[in-house]
Amino acid sequence: MILQGLAFYLFAAVTVAAGVMVITSRNPVHSVLFLILAFFNSAGLFVLMGAEFLAMILVVVYVGAVAVLFLFVVMMLDINFVQMREGFMQYLPLGAMIGLILLVELILVGAAWVIAPQAESLAAVPAAPAGDLHNTRAIGNVLYTDYVYLFQVSGLILLVAMIGAIVLTLRQREGVKRQSIAEQNARKRDEAVEVKQIPTGSGV
Amino acid sequence: MVDQFMSWWFWDSFVGQGVLIVAQIVAILVPLLLSVAYLTYAERKVIGAMQLRKGPNIVGPFGLLQPIADAVKLLFKETILPAGANKIVFIMAPMLTFILAMIGWAVIPFDYGLVLADINVGILYLFAISSLGVYGVIMAGWASNSKYPFLGALRSAAQMVSYEVSMGFVIITVLLLVGSLNLTDIVMAQQGDYGIFSWFWLPMLPMFVIFFISILAETNRSPFDLPEGESELVAGFFVEYSSMPFALFFLGEYANMILMSAMTAILFLGGWLPPFDIAPFTWIPGPIWLFIKIAMVLFCFLWVRATFPRYRYDQLMRLGWKVFLPFSLFWVVLTAGVLIAFDMVPNS
Repeated sequence: MILQGLAFYLFAAVTVAAGVMVITSRNPVHSVLFLILAFFNSAGLFVLMGAEFLAMILVVVYVGAVAVLFLFVVMMLDINFVQMREGFMQYLPLGAMIGLILLVELILVGAAWVIAPQAESLAAVPAAPAGDLHNTRAIGNVLYTDYVYLFQVSGLILLVAMIGAIVLTLRQREGVKRQSIAEQNARKRDEAVEVKQIPTGSGV
Repeated sequence: MVDQFMSWWFWDSFVGQGVLIVAQIVAILVPLLLSVAYLTYAERKVIGAMQLRKGPNIVGPFGLLQPIADAVKLLFKETILPAGANKIVFIMAPMLTFILAMIGWAVIPFDYGLVLADINVGILYLFAISSLGVYGVIMAGWASNSKYPFLGALRSAAQMVSYEVSMGFVIITVLLLVGSLNLTDIVMAQQGDYGIFSWFWLPMLPMFVIFFISILAETNRSPFDLPEGESELVAGFFVEYSSMPFALFFLGEYANMILMSAMTAILFLGGWLPPFDIAPFTWIPGPIWLFIKIAMVLFCFLWVRATFPRYRYDQLMRLGWKVFLPFSLFWVVLTAGVLIAFDMVPNS
């Protein structure tokens, strides 16, 4: 138990510290690297809770794919850091307000269980029956049966977002050479090569 | 004698447990690092033989001491930190590559029950580790603050993310057949009456081929070694590295090759199982069978390197997104459909 406690405080402290560094570090690439560290340590927290499937999915999806693309974009940005800091005081009230609203709402979520006792039953998850059922299977059992419509809807939302991104960025440019492999493979010898008999001394 | 030694009270104590785990880790890592060293030797010998050369043959008998000479040479060189580099990230990148290549081995089962951490989500853990490998490359390229490493890093990021998608689908098809994410369960599911023919390479042959090509791309090996394409990018993402940091990249890359080969052996070639369940084959212990299978896959890595020209970048992307992704997605649906139709879903 002592080891578990130590591991928890280690992961939690690093997560919070990395989160602070994400918003305070001067270099955006460092920010993304700290964000990755925060993701990784939250995965560690999931493992401590016994949710190893969620931990691995967090690492595969967020660290392995989303953050890579994020880093990819941030690395290629050409930002003047001094210029970026100029508007700091101007945006401070707005940012502080959003932060405050989020904090109040978080407190309200916690308080809801006290104010409205019936809310607690809503928060109760359909727990997996105890025994040898490990949590990968437990998630699968509820995700594809009880919550299948919600699951499908979230998939559709992602699909719409993806199509939207493609529609917004796709532009047809004239005069771009493209390789069509099907066309290349469909070429026959007759249409590609023409054999000519040329008498000696005269041109083509 | 051994039982008596292992039942000593010390092993149940806090310190004893720690000592045991460290001993197990050393027992895995020392042979691994030796294999990495001799994989570089094997690579030079195999490619040499394929090109009608001798390969290394001066240092020691048959050149067997060549990898050690190389390692010593790298250790004694000066570590150069480029003036414009981002020092901390620059040093961290090779360390990250090397660590990731090592920690993947924690879940590899060498025989039934012979595994350091027998976790339920073993295959997902391996997949997560391999998807983190891209950070070593990106960080190295960015921190070098130089154009060729940066271009190499960008190429590598796009390439590894693309091929991970089809790798994920291949893993899903295997998981559909097994019904478990545990690596030991995956191997045991391949134990059948037909020995070598009941391993997953036969029913999943197209997926086996896709997986092999994807791991070539995932480990940045030829013909997909664009991140280090020497004819255009000097040496790609590690241009600025020298001495020990370079050696760590090198070790990490080869250890990753071995890890990916082990993953192939476990997913498709029956892990530690003997090819036929009859006398002369069953005498050979499981870890040796696993070693032989890993060595076979590694030989294919080297064979491909000696045989194929490098892919063009747009062709690489086309292969990943337009060929492998739709095909492996189709195969996932097909496998699931067949399993449902013939009522063969495992563990239901």
